Amino acid sequence: MSVLVYIEINKGEVKKASLEAAVYGAKLAQQLGVNCNAIAIAEQAPSGLENCGISKVYHIQDTNAFDPMRHASAVEAAATTSGASTIIISNSYAGKSIAPRVAVRMQAGISSGVVALPVSVNPIVVKKGVFSGKAFAHVELTKSINVLALTPNSIEIESIPGEAAVESISPELSASPSYAITDTQVQSGSIPLTEAELVVSAGRGMKGPENWGMIEELATVLKAATACSKPVSDMEWRPHSEHVGQTGITIKPNLYIAIGISGAIQHLAGVSSSKVIAVINKDPEAPFFKAADYGIVGDAFEVVPKLIEAAKNLS
Amino acid sequence: MNILVCISVVPDTTTKITFTDNNSQFNREGVQFIINPYDELALTRALEITEKSGGEVTVIHVGGVENEPSIRKALAIGAHKAIRINKNPNDAQEAASEIANYAKDKGYDMILTGRESIDYNSGQVCGLLGAMLSLPSINVVMGLDVVDGQAVLTRDIDGGRETISCGLPLVASAQKDLVEPRIPNMRGIMAARTKPLEVLEPTGESNFSAHQSYDLPEPKSAVKMISPDNAGELIRLLREEAKII
Ligand SMILES: Cc1cc2nc3c(=O)[nH]c(=O)nc-3n(C[C@H](O)[C@H](O)[C@H](O)COP(=O)(O)OP(=O)(O)OC[C@H]3O[C@@H](n4cnc5c(N)ncnc54)[C@H](O)[C@@H]3O)c2cc1C
Ligand SMILES: Nc1ncnc2c1ncn2[C@@H]1O[C@H](COP(=O)(O)O)[C@@H](O)[C@H]1O
Repeated sequence: MSVLVYIEINKGEVKKASLEAAVYGAKLAQQLGVNCNAIAIAEQAPSGLENCGISKVYHIQDTNAFDPMRHASAVEAAATTSGASTIIISNSYAGKSIAPRVAVRMQAGISSGVVALPVSVNPIVVKKGVFSGKAFAHVELTKSINVLALTPNSIEIESIPGEAAVESISPELSASPSYAITDTQVQSGSIPLTEAELVVSAGRGMKGPENWGMIEELATVLKAATACSKPVSDMEWRPHSEHVGQTGITIKPNLYIAIGISGAIQHLAGVSSSKVIAVINKDPEAPFFKAADYGIVGDAFEVVPKLIEAAKNLS
Repeated sequence: MNILVCISVVPDTTTKITFTDNNSQFNREGVQFIINPYDELALTRALEITEKSGGEVTVIHVGGVENEPSIRKALAIGAHKAIRINKNPNDAQEAASEIANYAKDKGYDMILTGRESIDYNSGQVCGLLGAMLSLPSINVVMGLDVVDGQAVLTRDIDGGRETISCGLPLVASAQKDLVEPRIPNMRGIMAARTKPLEVLEPTGESNFSAHQSYDLPEPKSAVKMISPDNAGELIRLLREEAKII
């Protein structure tokens, strides 16, 4: 028995969500009294996994573009080699597309959207988000092998001794038939919203796309990502990738600053798990204040410049 | 082109979520149930594709008879026929196992799902079906076309977007922006009454998981208000009190 963590690599570096998965896996392995290993599928063996509690890193040298079928077969191979009974995968876009395939290949159970370490390990009971952030469920997994897909930003990264010794393996991999990535657009410079610890978000209260300069500036000085409400992306004031909420993306940053957003239930569904919420709205009755830790009743066009000023003065 | 669209039935997005029986059961009382919003997008796109290339759209739902009004709505939107597998699935794996058993020898060119079901938010059925049926699965797509028998799909990746070309058959899950969902019209509603809705008994696997209990998020402590004239104070509190910047 052991734990296996799927590691995602971007430009040679281990993604933050995968470091979280590694720490989660290592802590779970401690609870179970077993080893935690990792699998990385990349051109080069990853560095930066030392002190994440990982014993062994299985490396499959592969230069092919990401293909869910291929990566799922690679994870299966590493899980079989290492005798894994629990497989930890981040609930990132890539992770989501392989976790269920791994579960079927391993005849395993699966729970996704996991937000905390299991309260019990025999049988394994996990806590996961349900009803779009409006509740949590405690789910008992009944199979002997299980896949846990971990919500990003659910666990603190901390240092745990672990050698992370690299072992190359070259199993036969499956591939999706006639599958090719024909174009990739990367948002350069900006912080990906799903990984961001700080998020500055704005809504229809900003009146028009021409007023987003101050939102971007506040985000830049705070080193935050930007997000928006649904109508804002529907009107194409902002790119669709920024839309958070029930029908947009769900985020769980340490700080969510909502500017000129009313706080409709569908919006809150995507952001209510944020650790701290600060709301700026000119309407004292705006429902968002009920979900907020800090609030300012005021005009965004006056308040935001003051926030930028104050943030610049932080050293 | 024959397309199977998987439909889950979920509480309306404005529902206040509560539980009964010592937090072990979702309280269905007074809750309005709807077709999962992402599944309406999948259905609409499937209809557009078959309108262009010919073929049929079948919707499938794994659930109880109480969900038939939502299945009829899918028929009113334009699906040609519907299947209901008579089982209330405990999790995504149970639902997928029923759908895979039904679909395996039907030769669909495409199976579409929603990105996630907004009640259990598992986001797994697309990948589960792909693996169970040994088909490629492409998650969270906001663009789907068929060109010369190949599918062209766009999807979000972490920090960007990619375009994929993939042979048929395949499984894909729909994300917003794929299409504007269609609203059923009077003719569709009338036609739906006589379209076939076949009910089948379950044949799939069970016992992957058991729900034990639910929690609601911790109630927020009272909001701390800051005067707009002294707005910079917020930044100080975020650093010194909340210690997050
Ligand atoms: C099925 C369904 C799914 C949905 N999914 C989502 C979703 O995923 N995400 C989402 O965001 N919405 C979603 N919605 C829409 C949601 O119900 C709200 O309509 C939407 O969130 C409102 O966006 P908003 O707060 O930006 O705009 P508004 O509701 O128009 O609010 C604007 C706010 O700005 C304030 N304001 C105005 N001027 C100023 C100023 N100068 N300074 C400060 N404050 C100001 C106003 O007081 C008001 O509170 C969904 C709706 C449905 C039916
Ligand atoms: N009971 C069900 N019957 C039919 N399709 C379902 C069912 N549950 C989930 N699905 C499909 O799978 C998608 C993702 O659901 P989930 O993996 O449960 O989040 C949904 O959007 C539906 O398309």
